[in-house]
Amino acid sequence: MSANPNQTKNNKLVLKLAAIVVGMFGFGFALVPLYDVLCDALGINGKPSDTASVYEAVEIDESRLITVDFITRINTGMPWEFKSETRQVKVHPGQLNEVNFYVKNPTNTAIVGQAVPSISPGPAALYMNKTECFCFEQQTLQAGEELLMPMQFYVDPQLPEEITYFTLQYTLYNVTASADVVAMN
Amino acid sequence: MTTLTDSTQHDTHADDHHDHHIPYGIKRWLNTTNHKDIGTLYLWFAFIMFLTGGAMAMVIRAELFQPGLQIVEPHFFNQMTTVHGLIMVFGAVMPAFTGLANWLIPMMIGAPDMALPRMNNWSFWILPFAFLILLSSLFLEGGGPAFGWTFYAPLSTTYSADSTALFVFAVHIMGASSIMGAINVIVTIFNMRAPGMTWMKMPLFVWTWLITAFLLIAVMPVLAGAVTMVLTDKFFGTSFFDAAGGGDPVMFQHIFWFFGHPEVYIMILPAFGIISQIIPTFARKPLFGYASMVYATASIALLSFIVWAHHMFTTGMPVAAELFFMFATMLISVPTGVKVFNWVATMWRGSMTFEVPMLFAIAFIVLFTIGGLSGLMLAIVPVDFQYHDTYFVVAHFHYVLVTGAIFSIMAAVYYWLPKWTGKMFHIGLAKWHFWCSLVSVNVLFFPMHFVGLAGMPRRIPDYALQFADINKWISIGGFAFGLSQLIFLVLLIKACKKQGEPVSDQVWEGAEGLEWEIPSPAPYHTFETPPIVK
Repeated sequence: MSANPNQTKNNKLVLKLAAIVVGMFGFGFALVPLYDVLCDALGINGKPSDTASVYEAVEIDESRLITVDFITRINTGMPWEFKSETRQVKVHPGQLNEVNFYVKNPTNTAIVGQAVPSISPGPAALYMNKTECFCFEQQTLQAGEELLMPMQFYVDPQLPEEITYFTLQYTLYNVTASADVVAMN
Repeated sequence: MTTLTDSTQHDTHADDHHDHHIPYGIKRWLNTTNHKDIGTLYLWFAFIMFLTGGAMAMVIRAELFQPGLQIVEPHFFNQMTTVHGLIMVFGAVMPAFTGLANWLIPMMIGAPDMALPRMNNWSFWILPFAFLILLSSLFLEGGGPAFGWTFYAPLSTTYSADSTALFVFAVHIMGASSIMGAINVIVTIFNMRAPGMTWMKMPLFVWTWLITAFLLIAVMPVLAGAVTMVLTDKFFGTSFFDAAGGGDPVMFQHIFWFFGHPEVYIMILPAFGIISQIIPTFARKPLFGYASMVYATASIALLSFIVWAHHMFTTGMPVAAELFFMFATMLISVPTGVKVFNWVATMWRGSMTFEVPMLFAIAFIVLFTIGGLSGLMLAIVPVDFQYHDTYFVVAHFHYVLVTGAIFSIMAAVYYWLPKWTGKMFHIGLAKWHFWCSLVSVNVLFFPMHFVGLAGMPRRIPDYALQFADINKWISIGGFAFGLSQLIFLVLLIKACKKQGEPVSDQVWEGAEGLEWEIPSPAPYHTFETPPIVK
C-alpha cells in the first residue's frame, strides 16, 4: 500500500480535534466549581456563606425592619427532631441577633448530622452574615441526646431596599456514613 | 454546480496493487474499512434499534391505551420510557445520520473513502456492544435505567438500581463512537475534498454534517463528564449533586442540558442537509439562497450553546436569567425560519414531481415547522410554567424528531437507495409506507398537544380519567405507525436482495452532484483518482 499523501495533514488535524475533546471533558468538570463561583458572584442560588463573619464596626440601620422567617426540615433518613425556638424575628440591619435551634436524637445509635441553609429570595443570601452557626460543621448526637444550638447573625445594612422579608431554611442531613470517625466519639 | 471532467472511473492497474475482488462473509463485515460497508452497517443497526425502541413505545402506548394499570408495573413502565428515549436518540437517529455521512460524504466531495478508515470500523463496532450492555441491564435484578433518558440526579444517583453502572458504561461507549465519527468527518471534509471543490461549492449535506461534527466534539465530552459524576456520586462517595455533601442537584441539570441542547441540534442539522439535497432535485431548481443556508446552519449551531436553561425554567432561576434564555431561544427561530423559507422558495415556480423521497421531504417541511412552532411556545417563560413536564413537551419533541429527523432519514434512504443498490425500490410499498406513516404519525402525536395543554403530565403510567379518550386515539395512532414501519422493513429486504428495475447513474432527473455521476450501484471503490470540480 502506498503511503497516504494526506497522512501528516490528517494526523495534525486529528491531534487538534482530540485536544478540543479533552478540553471539553475538562470543561465539563470545570463547570462544577464554576457553578459555585457564578452563584456566589451573582448572589443567586440562595446559599449564604459557609464561614463565620466577624461582627465589628457595623452601623445599625434603625430606619429599616427586616422580617426573617425560620424553617427547619429533616431529610429522608434523618430521624432527629429539629425545630427553631422562634418562628420569626424582626431585626434592624446591622443588629446582632441570636436564635436557638433544638435538636434531639431519639434513636439508640449515635448519628452525625449536617445542616445546610437555604435562603429565599435568593439574592438575600449575600446579605446574611452569620457569626456563629451550627451549620458550619457536622454535629454529633449520641443516642437520646438533645441539644440547643445557637445561631448568631446580622443582616448586612447593604441589603437592597426592595427586600424586607426573607426566609432561612435549614435542611438536616444524616451524614453518619461519611462522617469522620473522630467526630463520632 | 459541480461537474466532473474525468467521468470514467475505472479500477485500473494504474492504481495500487490491491485485490480486485470484494471480500465476503462475516470477515468482510467485521473487518471492513470501506465507507460504503460501514455506512450500510450503521444504517441497518439504526433500523434495528428503531424497531427495538419502537417496540418499547408500543408497550408504553399499550399501557396508556386505557386509564388504570393493566399491562405493566410502574417501575417497568419507567424503564420502557427511559430506554425508548436512549435507544431512539443514541441508537436510531444518531447512528442513522452517521451511516448516511459515511455513505455519502466521500462520494459527494470526490474522496475515495473517509480520512481514518480503521477508526471508522471501531466507531461502528463498539455500538452494538454498548447497546448490548444497555439492553441486558433490563434483565438484571432491580431492572434497567428507569430515570428518563435525561437521568436527573438524585433519581439517578440516590434512588436508582445498581444497573446504573451499566447505563453509564454504555453511554461512555456511545459517546466515544460519536466523537471518533465526528473527528473522522471533520478531517475528511477538511483534507480530502477534490480539487476545485471550494467550501462554498460543497453540497449542503456535507456542510450540515461538518457543523454537526463540531457540535459533537464540543458537547459529547460534557455528557461523558456528567455521566461520570453520576457514577462517582452513586458508587464512590462524591457529592456533585448531593446537597448534604455541599453539592447541588440543579447543577446536574445545568451540566446535562449544556450537552443536551446542542445534542438536539446534532439530531436535526443533518436532516436539514438532507432536505436541502432532495428538494432541488424534485423541483428541478437549484437550492434558493445557498450561502444563507450555510450561515443559518452555523448560526443555529452557535446559538445552541446559549439556550440550555430553557429546559429548566421551573427550577427557580432569577428572572433576569429566565429572560435571557427566553430571548436567546426565540432568536434561534430566525435562522431556522430562513431555512424553511428557502426550501419553499426553491419549490416556487419549480417543475415539481412527487416521487417518494420528495413526499417525505415536503412532509418534513410542514410537520417540522409545526414542531418548531410548539417549541416557540415552550420558549415563552410564563407559559412554559404551564407546559413544562406535560404532554405538550412530548408532542413538541416528537414532531421535530419523528416527523423531522426520522422522516428526513427515510427520505434520504429512498433518495439514495437506488444509488447504493443499482435498483429502484418497490414504489408501491414505498407509497404505502409514506401515506400510512404520515396519517398515523399525526394521529399519534398531534392529540398530545391537547392533553398536554389540558394538564396531563409526562412519564406517567396512568392518568386522570378526563384524558382517556384522547389517549386511546394516540395509542391507536401509535400501533398504526409501528405497523407501517413493517412495510419499510419488507421494502428494505427486497432492496437488499437486489430486486427491482435497474436505474441509471443519475437515477432522478434533476439530481446533481458528484454521487450522481458515478455508476449505480456505486462501485466498491469510487473516486480513487480525484475528479476535477469546475
